[in-house]
Amino acid sequence: MATERGRIQISGFDSTRVEEREPISGWVEDTGTETVGRYQRAFARFRRNRIALLGVATVITMALVALFSYPTQVFGITIQPFHLAPFSPTETGFLNPDMGGRYERISWTHPMGTDRDARDIFSRWLIGGRYSVSIGFIVVGITSVVGIIYGSISGYYGGWIDELMMRILDVIFAFPGLVLALVIVAMLGGGYWQLVLAFSLFGWAGYARLIRGEILKVKENEYVLAAKALGARDRKVIFRHIVPNAITPVIVQASLAVGTVVIGVAALGFLGIGFDPGTPEWGTMLDATLDTLITGPEGSIPWWATFFPGAGIFMFVMAMNLVGDGLNDALNAQEDVAVTPGGGG
Amino acid sequence: MSLQRFILRRLLLVIPILFGVSVITFGLVHLSPSDPISLIHGANPDMTQDELDRIIARYGFDQPVYIQYIDWITSVMVGDFGEEFATGRPAADLIWRRLPPTIALGIFGWVFAIVIAVPTGVYAAVRKDKLGDHVSRVIALSGISIPNFWLGLLLILFGALIIGLWPVVAPRSPLYSPDMLWYLILPGITIGTASSAIMMRIMRSAMAEEMNKDYVTTARAKGLPERTVVLKHVLRNSLISVVTVAAFLTAGILAGSVVVEVVFNWPGLGRELVDAVIAREVNIILVITLFTGVALVLANLLADIAYAMLDPRIRY
Repeated sequence: MATERGRIQISGFDSTRVEEREPISGWVEDTGTETVGRYQRAFARFRRNRIALLGVATVITMALVALFSYPTQVFGITIQPFHLAPFSPTETGFLNPDMGGRYERISWTHPMGTDRDARDIFSRWLIGGRYSVSIGFIVVGITSVVGIIYGSISGYYGGWIDELMMRILDVIFAFPGLVLALVIVAMLGGGYWQLVLAFSLFGWAGYARLIRGEILKVKENEYVLAAKALGARDRKVIFRHIVPNAITPVIVQASLAVGTVVIGVAALGFLGIGFDPGTPEWGTMLDATLDTLITGPEGSIPWWATFFPGAGIFMFVMAMNLVGDGLNDALNAQEDVAVTPGGGG
Repeated sequence: MSLQRFILRRLLLVIPILFGVSVITFGLVHLSPSDPISLIHGANPDMTQDELDRIIARYGFDQPVYIQYIDWITSVMVGDFGEEFATGRPAADLIWRRLPPTIALGIFGWVFAIVIAVPTGVYAAVRKDKLGDHVSRVIALSGISIPNFWLGLLLILFGALIIGLWPVVAPRSPLYSPDMLWYLILPGITIGTASSAIMMRIMRSAMAEEMNKDYVTTARAKGLPERTVVLKHVLRNSLISVVTVAAFLTAGILAGSVVVEVVFNWPGLGRELVDAVIAREVNIILVITLFTGVALVLANLLADIAYAMLDPRIRY
């Protein structure tokens, strides 16, 4: 804290400002404690952030629940035998009279009620995360790697290569991601891998622009010049010396992008073009091409059929954004200290 | 670089980008593994081979893709966007019919976003790291995390079905009548929420950064009341950051219109695009996608020019 005397603030003598240092600075504390790497420090900070940890716990729980809700079979061989969901996601009360009819209210048998086809919403809700969540992680994995490679080449070489590659990005940024994905799915048809492609084909552009900006700064460092002077190849200079020092904003961006993709996948499901109708996916459960909300039998309002699937998306994306926010705080803390010394009133 | 030269350079840069936009639009629509002729045949199985041949000749489906692209772009240049397969009406007419409702919805979304974001952002920056800041941060995160179609459904559920203040379906009145504008409030909130949350966070960090500048200390040292310092000095300089995200948020509102118009059954461009996708109306998909791209390129251009005019330090 800055020492306050009247309205004049004296700053710059704060001991808190020098507790965390970059290891390259060569600064050694009098007691001789070892400096720790930036990721160790970031991890330690992240672990102290309870809200971010709550986000991590929620994401992991929802992923595990989706995985273990219903047995998984690959080529007819069961590789995941657990069965948490009380009913099969496609089982309907029309064929199984014990399950009850359509739009059953919330009860012990149906903790989230039943939908218009008399299927148990709870069972479908549990399994619903499988599609959008796994697509979210796969897409972010693909797009961040492609974006890092594209952006590093553009930023490192500069000149007309950079100019050309950035103009291509400008063209991609002329379209909202969801509109591109919508048109791609329209042309390829819905389905799991079609959706992965739809969100990956242009989704890398954001990472490319982000890491290019960082690389323009990082490549001015002396150690880059030193590496080049020692005869390191471009590829090695970029991916061993520059990218590791430019990647932190990409990590934050990637963690936040998972939520964006999950909402995008669910939105296409909601529009009725992402998956086959009847797929137990959160967005498809709210399918707009079928009337979910307004028409209940005898003028009743089956709010549960609308509320729970959307709440699943909201919970997951919120948790993922809390993680991203926590990562942002943990990785940028050094800069924050530098940016806000003294502080205003 | 002078401002005029900057604007000129920026205008010239638009030409290759618009070319790229047209290539991507055309390329995407030709991504389909099945050719258009079998689609048309699938939709109308009783067409004879002779009729199909005539369609092939008419639309040039037997030509290589780049020839088809040149044909398409030259007719687009003179304002011919092809026709709707089902009705035979020109596809361009549809844009003019569907654009006003989308613009009206977009303006409602924009106004909602700014009205909520600017005061909350200022408040959060002034109360930085205090309770009010944390609360607004959680609200902003929720606003970003909530899927807009679900938010729209919930608003219909509460606003229309439970409280009964709004009609469930859009009234059949002209666009600028009072009950239509009243109806637009719910979709406006739905489409503006995510943009508002993002804008609020940007406003907050811009304000917080400005608050540390020397001129703020000077203003305080002069003995100006804190309210004047914040609202007259800091806020003005922070509003520039809202301009920088304006184009980005326009993209968000355009993408949002696709979903929100379906939720509220609003006869705009977004819903038309979804209908065209379901009906596989290639010409309609082409014209709406191209229109979206061009609109965003122009929005980006305006934002850049406005930014350069507002902040003389910025020249690329």
